[in-house]
Amino acid sequence: MPSRVQWGPASVGLTLAIFLAAFLVVPVLKVIFVAFQDPHTGSFTLVNFQDFFRTSLFRESFWNSLYVAGMSVMLASIIAVPLAYFTTRFNFGGSILIQTLGVIPLIMPPFVGAVAMQLLFGSNGSVNLLLDEHFGFTVPFMDGLNGVILVESIHYFPFILTNLAASLANIDRSLEESAQNLGASGLRLFRRVVFPLAMPGYIAGASLVFLKVFDDLGTPLLLNVNKMLAPQAYLRISSIGITDPMGYVIAVMLVLFSMFSLWASFLAFRGRDYSSVQKGGGGLLKRDLRPWEKTGAYLVILLILAFVLAPHIGLLLLSFGTVWSYAVLPDGFTLDHYLRVFETSSQYVTNTLLYAGLAATIDVILGTAIAYIVWRTGLRGRTWLDYIATAALAVPGVVLGIGYLRIFLGWEVPFSGQPLAAWWVILVIALSVRRLPYALRACVAALQQVSVTLEEAAENLGATKLRTVWRIVVPLMSGGILAGFVTSFATASVELSATLMLVGQQSDAPLSYGIYVFMQSAAGRGPGAALGIIAVVIEGLGTYLSHRVIERGRRMRTADRIVAETVLGVE
Amino acid sequence: MAMTKAQGVSVTLRNIGLAFGTNVVLRDIDLDIEPGEFFAFLGPSGSGKSTLLRLIAGFGPAPSGELSIGGQNVTHLAPWKRRVGMVFQNYALWPHMTVRRNVAFGLEERKLPTAEIRKRVQAALEVVGLSEYADRRPAQLSGGQQQRVALARTIVVEPRVLLLDEPLSNLDASLRVRMRREIRELQQRLGITTIFVTHDQEEANTIADRMAVLNDGILQQVGSPMDLYDRPKNRFVAQFLGTANLIAGTLVETSGGSLFRSSDAIEIPLAGGSAGKATSHAMFRPQDLRILGREETITQGELLLTGSIRDREFLGNLIRYSVALGERDILVDDGHQMGSPAYAVGASIEMALDPAQVRILDA
Repeated sequence: MPSRVQWGPASVGLTLAIFLAAFLVVPVLKVIFVAFQDPHTGSFTLVNFQDFFRTSLFRESFWNSLYVAGMSVMLASIIAVPLAYFTTRFNFGGSILIQTLGVIPLIMPPFVGAVAMQLLFGSNGSVNLLLDEHFGFTVPFMDGLNGVILVESIHYFPFILTNLAASLANIDRSLEESAQNLGASGLRLFRRVVFPLAMPGYIAGASLVFLKVFDDLGTPLLLNVNKMLAPQAYLRISSIGITDPMGYVIAVMLVLFSMFSLWASFLAFRGRDYSSVQKGGGGLLKRDLRPWEKTGAYLVILLILAFVLAPHIGLLLLSFGTVWSYAVLPDGFTLDHYLRVFETSSQYVTNTLLYAGLAATIDVILGTAIAYIVWRTGLRGRTWLDYIATAALAVPGVVLGIGYLRIFLGWEVPFSGQPLAAWWVILVIALSVRRLPYALRACVAALQQVSVTLEEAAENLGATKLRTVWRIVVPLMSGGILAGFVTSFATASVELSATLMLVGQQSDAPLSYGIYVFMQSAAGRGPGAALGIIAVVIEGLGTYLSHRVIERGRRMRTADRIVAETVLGVE
Repeated sequence: MAMTKAQGVSVTLRNIGLAFGTNVVLRDIDLDIEPGEFFAFLGPSGSGKSTLLRLIAGFGPAPSGELSIGGQNVTHLAPWKRRVGMVFQNYALWPHMTVRRNVAFGLEERKLPTAEIRKRVQAALEVVGLSEYADRRPAQLSGGQQQRVALARTIVVEPRVLLLDEPLSNLDASLRVRMRREIRELQQRLGITTIFVTHDQEEANTIADRMAVLNDGILQQVGSPMDLYDRPKNRFVAQFLGTANLIAGTLVETSGGSLFRSSDAIEIPLAGGSAGKATSHAMFRPQDLRILGREETITQGELLLTGSIRDREFLGNLIRYSVALGERDILVDDGHQMGSPAYAVGASIEMALDPAQVRILDA
């Protein structure tokens, strides 16, 4: 570490710190501060929290949120554990199918598919109509909280699948063989060796699922389930106003639980680098399946595949369907919804491209700068930039939205006189702050692949630090930077929770907001679904592109798990 | 061949010290490297030799003391202002650039005209014999070729000093010998002051005009390779450069001159009066001993030693015997030819030692 004073990096570091402070730390602290503030006198108080727990609606919302998040983890585990087990223990062609299963849900935000799921699995949906007609009973798949649980777990189970499969794949077969050699076998072997070794991966995945479900605003809103924490926070702020303390109390709850689950997932991995694959070894012992086992496995996979594809199929039907009500399928098919979207609502698409593009650009610039400062300079406190940027993962969009509304209340955009919090630029900044952790991880991974001597060689030949960054570091990081950009872009383009809070006027709104607005009315469902399909295409393309970029990078000897995790860290 | 002979500059280190946090890696290094000299830093891993080289290039923590290149104090100068060329151990070729662009990099940073850059890159590639490979990427080259690109990239900017950090360690044995000669030849042709880091004494011996032996961040001794081998100052240098027999003992003055006496009373008369400390070590190399055949006797002034063979290693051109002598084992080399006798383990032998070959070490 050079100990000479580094004015260049120091000023960049300071700029980054100011950005993170202004748009992440201060808004969140403000929200927490207000939650503990007496709304009339301004003094410190716990009365808001007492009020919260005294109100039966909030108590119910609190338990509902916990219940939904917990049950979603359960259901997601039931889906993911057998799939992870199949891929890592057996030789069979279904593995490719399972890998596909791990990606499909991620290319559609849960709230987009929610309405389509209602039409398929609701009490008057296709499945129940068929069941009622042929077997005379119905299943309450989508009734109340069940709907949220089903939609969320179908969407988020890949977190558990990929983390658990990675953990299992990292267990060297010599560990299993030495246990067998010492007399353990069958279930005992699984319980005493395989299970403990795979545990960190499972915990990490499960806590991510918990966090995402607990914070989600769009899905419950679209399913009209309002008695949960995130929707309550949104409804309080949007109906009663920015001064109502209950919104802040709920925000504090959301942050607390998010921090807790993020902490749990870090804890699961800390001091447990169980990655034990040796040279020439690799993975657990795989065996071939017997015919009846293979049939069973395929049945399970196909059943899951049907559920996983349901939102996509439903959305597609909805976007092309004329009228779809009390029927297994829509009455007829049409292109009208797409035409209507392109005629009247194309600003949603252009806004989304603009906002997500800007947010992703900001993210990769910040991500590259933070990665460089943390890993290549000796600046004091540099790791805090990394910690704080990563902590954005634990800040739900609702909370960030409330924070911005509160902080920028009364500020105006220079020259236009428009309220600052409703300015679309603020939404772009909110999106970039929310997606920064993904871009940052991709940039850090990319920078770690660049050997320091490559930079020293440039300096030795007369290039200054800045020239070295420009000519050597950035070009060599370009794969990772591109992957980070695409991930940020794809996920920012379907962000809903901060968007809902911060969109000032319809003409400034992005896709996700448009989908939400359309889906509110029965007549808007068709166009809403068409917009949803557009969003899925954008995100699908993004995921595919970043996958390609990463695969290319991996072939170029840059295999890195963190990047893979980044791609999966999609909302 | 457009590469011109450069005017070599001196490199002077005064009282150089360096620490990574609280971990001191270099202490009180004083060293004068002459203009145009081929100088080697030799030492085991962790001795600080690479750190010292990097310090000269301006990498790593700021040192204490003073470093001058060509009379200019550069101790706190940024790496990119020093005009010293460094070839890295792993070559550090930029994988996203072709060979030509790698070599052109330093000239581009110096904002030279494009035509000039093209001409000098071409010349540098010719010097290292890689003109046909200009449009390849580093990954498409062999280790030796990459090494040459790294050299071309460094010399093309005509640095004042050339620094080579274990440049041969990633090459296989035969290529290493060839590259060693090529580097030496190039250095002679360019007349550039060159510092070479290695842990391999054969490499240092064959290539360097002078060398410095480092251990634990301390400069142990400086001199020509032969000088250091023949007259090591301390036990570390004696043992690091070849094989050494060391005998602990004391110096005593007698009427007949100085005498070295070991703890078990082996006495070695010393030719010149040695001004060493009272307790010290006597050192001689395995080839300084001559095993006496049945009919042979010692000549005037030689010392007769008797011991029994504990072990032997056949090394091809010689047999190295481990011989129990008093309380210790010493190593004795006996040149080998077809038909020459080999002594069995357990056999008792007589050996002759010329006291003139015995060095008394300072430490």
